Amino acid sequence: MTTMTETAPATTATAADASVQLRLDGSWLTVCAAARLTPGRGVAVLLPDGRRQAALFLDRAGRLYAIDNRDPFSGAAVLSRGLVGSADGRPFVASPLLKQRFDLETGRCLDDDEAGVGVYEARVCA
Amino acid sequence: MDATSTPHPAPQKNLVLVGHGMVGQRFLEALAEHGLTRTHHVVVLCEEPRPAYDRVQLTSYFSGTTPDELSVTEAGFMERHGIELCLGDPAEHIDRAARTVTARSGHVFGYDTLVLATGSVPFVPPVPGKDADGCFVYRTIEDVLAIEAYAKAGATTGAVVGGGLLGLEAAGALQGLGLATHIVEFAPRLMPAQVDDGGGAALLRTLTGRGLAVHTGTGTQEIVTDEAGAVRAMRLSDGSELDVGLVVFSAGVRPRDQLARDCGLAVGERGGVTVDERCRTSDPHVYAIGECAQAVDGRVYGLVAPGYEMAQTAAAALASEAAENSEGTDASFTGADMSTKLKLLGVDVASFGDAHGAADGCLDVAYADSRAGTYKKLVVGTDGTLLGGVLVGDTEAYGTLRALTGSVPPVPAEQLVLPAGAGAAPALGPEALPDDAVVCNCHNVTKAAVQACATLPEVKKCTKAGTGCGSCVKLIGQLLPQSGDQGLCGCFAQTRQELYEIVRTLRVTSFRDLLDRHGRESARGGEGCETCKPAVASVIASLAPAIGADGYVLDGEQAALQDTNDHFLANLQKNGSYSVVPRIPGGEITPDKLIVIGEVAREFGLYTKITGGQRIDLFGARVEQLPVIWARLVDAGFESGHAYGKALRTVKSCVGQTWCRYGVQDSVRMAIDLELRYRGLRAPHKLKSAVSGCARECAEARSKDFGVIATASGWNLYVGGNGGATPRHADLLAQDLDDAGLVRLIDRFLMFYIRTADRLERTSAWLERIDGGLDHVRDVVVDDSLGICAELEALMADHVTHYRDEWAETLADPDRLARFVSFVNAPEAPDPLVAFVPERDQIKPDLPLLTLRPLEGSSAR
Ligand code: SRM
Ligand SMILES: Cc1cc2nc3c(=O)[nH]c(=O)nc-3n(C[C@H](O)[C@H](O)[C@H](O)COP(=O)(O)OP(=O)(O)OC[C@H]3O[C@@H](n4cnc5c(N)ncnc54)[C@H](O)[C@@H]3O)c2cc1C
Ligand code: SF4
Ligand code: FES
Repeated sequence: MTTMTETAPATTATAADASVQLRLDGSWLTVCAAARLTPGRGVAVLLPDGRRQAALFLDRAGRLYAIDNRDPFSGAAVLSRGLVGSADGRPFVASPLLKQRFDLETGRCLDDDEAGVGVYEARVCA
Repeated sequence: MDATSTPHPAPQKNLVLVGHGMVGQRFLEALAEHGLTRTHHVVVLCEEPRPAYDRVQLTSYFSGTTPDELSVTEAGFMERHGIELCLGDPAEHIDRAARTVTARSGHVFGYDTLVLATGSVPFVPPVPGKDADGCFVYRTIEDVLAIEAYAKAGATTGAVVGGGLLGLEAAGALQGLGLATHIVEFAPRLMPAQVDDGGGAALLRTLTGRGLAVHTGTGTQEIVTDEAGAVRAMRLSDGSELDVGLVVFSAGVRPRDQLARDCGLAVGERGGVTVDERCRTSDPHVYAIGECAQAVDGRVYGLVAPGYEMAQTAAAALASEAAENSEGTDASFTGADMSTKLKLLGVDVASFGDAHGAADGCLDVAYADSRAGTYKKLVVGTDGTLLGGVLVGDTEAYGTLRALTGSVPPVPAEQLVLPAGAGAAPALGPEALPDDAVVCNCHNVTKAAVQACATLPEVKKCTKAGTGCGSCVKLIGQLLPQSGDQGLCGCFAQTRQELYEIVRTLRVTSFRDLLDRHGRESARGGEGCETCKPAVASVIASLAPAIGADGYVLDGEQAALQDTNDHFLANLQKNGSYSVVPRIPGGEITPDKLIVIGEVAREFGLYTKITGGQRIDLFGARVEQLPVIWARLVDAGFESGHAYGKALRTVKSCVGQTWCRYGVQDSVRMAIDLELRYRGLRAPHKLKSAVSGCARECAEARSKDFGVIATASGWNLYVGGNGGATPRHADLLAQDLDDAGLVRLIDRFLMFYIRTADRLERTSAWLERIDGGLDHVRDVVVDDSLGICAELEALMADHVTHYRDEWAETLADPDRLARFVSFVNAPEAPDPLVAFVPERDQIKPDLPLLTLRPLEGSSAR
């Protein structure tokens, strides 16, 4: 489950000293300064096993989302480079390879009922 | 369905069809629909060397449609229905007593039923010299091929005898072949059969304006030949002489009824095999349909729609005969509407119903604007019934008016012809049409039948409406449920063109502003989507200097809008690595630069390939390597090739005059100039160009969005070409331009395209879609009919002065460079999933990954 940081407004997310954390196996991993994120775009995060990757997104309201970076259709780790959009008020990312869309809150693929990706909890920590 | 289940397999009867033209083919289809191809052995004698094709679209051959594309005979049709088609084997003799037909090959075919669909032959007036070399008619694909070959072999001036519908088409074809063209018409006006004096005058003005020499009220006296017997000139009845190298006779057609006459069938006074309302001739075993027949109303119809109706009538009559209830068919052909809508030489002309006001006591309502070249006339009965009309120059209302013919229109006739904005009532919408109004004349399809479908493809499939002359397609579109709207996507109700105008006039420089103020209610405050974000980014980028936005695609909010390729200024490959394409203007490159590319590729282990665009692509770069690789390239003088952008790609060149013995201009220099001028220009789709040094066209310029071909005195500019999945040859926009004239025209053309095209619409699709097509574009960019050329040129001048190389800018700015990291928390660590294995001495992606499965409906970037 991805959750937002207590509905943090954009100003919180970009506060100079704030940092972004991902929840992994019950503990929080600090990944970068909040200021590194651009609303509407993603970044890739290398997880401690040196292989798994997360894609971290910030929307224009300052909410954070994290999903698995690996595009299940191609196997390539590219979802962080997709375009963020919203449909019916729900945020999604479109894979940059063949454009399948994934719901950022659930990881569910909107264009193929059988596909989906994992999601992570993310937060901004002052 | 299957033949074995027929309880008493009736003995097969024999049916012979003579003539495989448009009507003949339609008849065969109707036979099959009635199941008669199972009960009959059908033989078709076809004089021409190819199966039936779309004669109506014959002239489109000159705009690139191939003979194969003109075919109206579906592949496998004959085989599927067991029909025997004899190509190139005309019927020569009919023996009605023995019920046999003898073909030229000597074969004799017995028949139970004979159907004549022999069409017409062009009438050639008996003037001396009419058979000289260089004299042609205009009816078949073979005619068109012969005219083209003769014109290319050296004719420079041509004349068409006859200013009717076909004559004007032929004249358009000659002009398209580059001939100075004359039209000689005996009647005092053009298209005497379709339009009245007012309409003829409007046509004359427009055609003269297009460089045609029109001689009305003059007859052709003699074709003058040279010693070799080839056409040299033409003498007219007013004593004057025209120097012409080629003559096309288009002085009307005569029904081909000779076979019928020879075997004693009744024919009409002015020709045509006489038939009853079921299309039966004076011999009940023989039917005649199409242009060779004279219908019960005493007329011979020279149009395809009535022919189709006759084909259907005859097939239905045969079906009821087979069902042994000879009285049981309702199908009958008693006459037809002669409505036509054409685009002749770029001028829209339509006439419908009683266009000449022949009915008793009828009244005319006319509107003429000679400056605009428009003329509209409606014929109205004393009780207000709309009887017919003529439209020249503006046929917008044709579909609606034709369908209203025969009823009293809901608003007064005057208001139907006044131009919009001249105090006219709001245009009468198609909703006003009654359900049984015939919307498609070619296939006799009503409004109700059209509205039973949801989409145009469905209409075409289920009712055939719109698949004939195509003139009803626009009206059909208006009758279909307006799929909600024409909006760009779920976020914007506007089209790309409308958004362009909003951005330009309100100087909107931010996507968010645009979405929050102009987006759909439900999308405001949201994120936008993968469709509108790049589209708006492109609009803002192409207008950047004019609206005061930053043209740099990686800055601020723009960064979030770009597709991944634009975001990383490189093309994403299937395993997550990128390709690098430096610009090589015109394909010209020094050995030193070639060596740099080789060194960079070797150092970073990149796969190297010469592209189809005359440059070199380096594949396999990881995202964090892009800046280092580009630093080397920029240092050596390379710039971004925009292989990732919806922007100018390449301007290919041939080696041209400098080296090539045939070259007549310096094509390499021009290609480089053009590539440097338009580099970085963002557009609705990618733009490609090429310049060839002579008509041999080694650079393949006619497959490009804008292609340039050298002539002895300058350059010809072609537009709207495309390779790819739907190839299209570019159309000639202007000829013999000097350097400055060429560049100015391309400036205008590109900016007009950028302003009006849809998202992801190449110039070819755009040109096919926009109202008025090439002629409209020519009016706007050559003749400045909208008065916007100065503005278009200014926009391009802005683009040229503000161009900056995106890669050089990126490298100079640490903030921007920060994006090029593999991981935000481990910027140097390579993506462990990007791996390569060797192949043919280079690398290729190692893909234990899944195979790519394209998302249905997704478009490649
Ligand atoms: C590299 C190259 C093939 C090659 O190995 O030669 C190529 C590669 C691609 N082409 Fe192409 N096209 C290449 C020449 C062409 C040509 C030939 C030409 O330009 O003379 C054509 C036909 C001409 C035309 O465009 O009309 C061509 C027609 C297409 C199309 C179909 C366009 C259409 O209108 O139907 C696409 C898909 C699209 O753009 O939507 C496409 C798309 C692509 C993409 C961008 C697909 C993608 O998203 O991955 C490929 C990206 C390559 C990369 O990552 O660098 N490519 N492509 C050529 C690059 C030329 C260059 O130097 O920039
Ligand atoms: C350039 C051009 C533009 C036109 N534009 C329009 C338009 O916009 N709208 C419109 O409604 N109509 C238009 N027409 C007219 C339209 O093409 C005809 O009405 C239509 O083709 C008639 O069909 P048909 O089958 O009766 O005759 P055709 O199409 O002429 O077919 C008759 C066929 O029979 C063959 N034949 C003749 N004698 C024999 C024989 N003894 N044995 C075997 N075969 C034989 C002929 O070779 C020919 O192939 C146009 C025609 C031309 C030439
Ligand atoms: S197009 Fe003409 S000038 Fe150019 S290379 Fe070919 S033959 Fe030579
Ligand atoms: S009217 Fe000709 S196709 Fe419909």
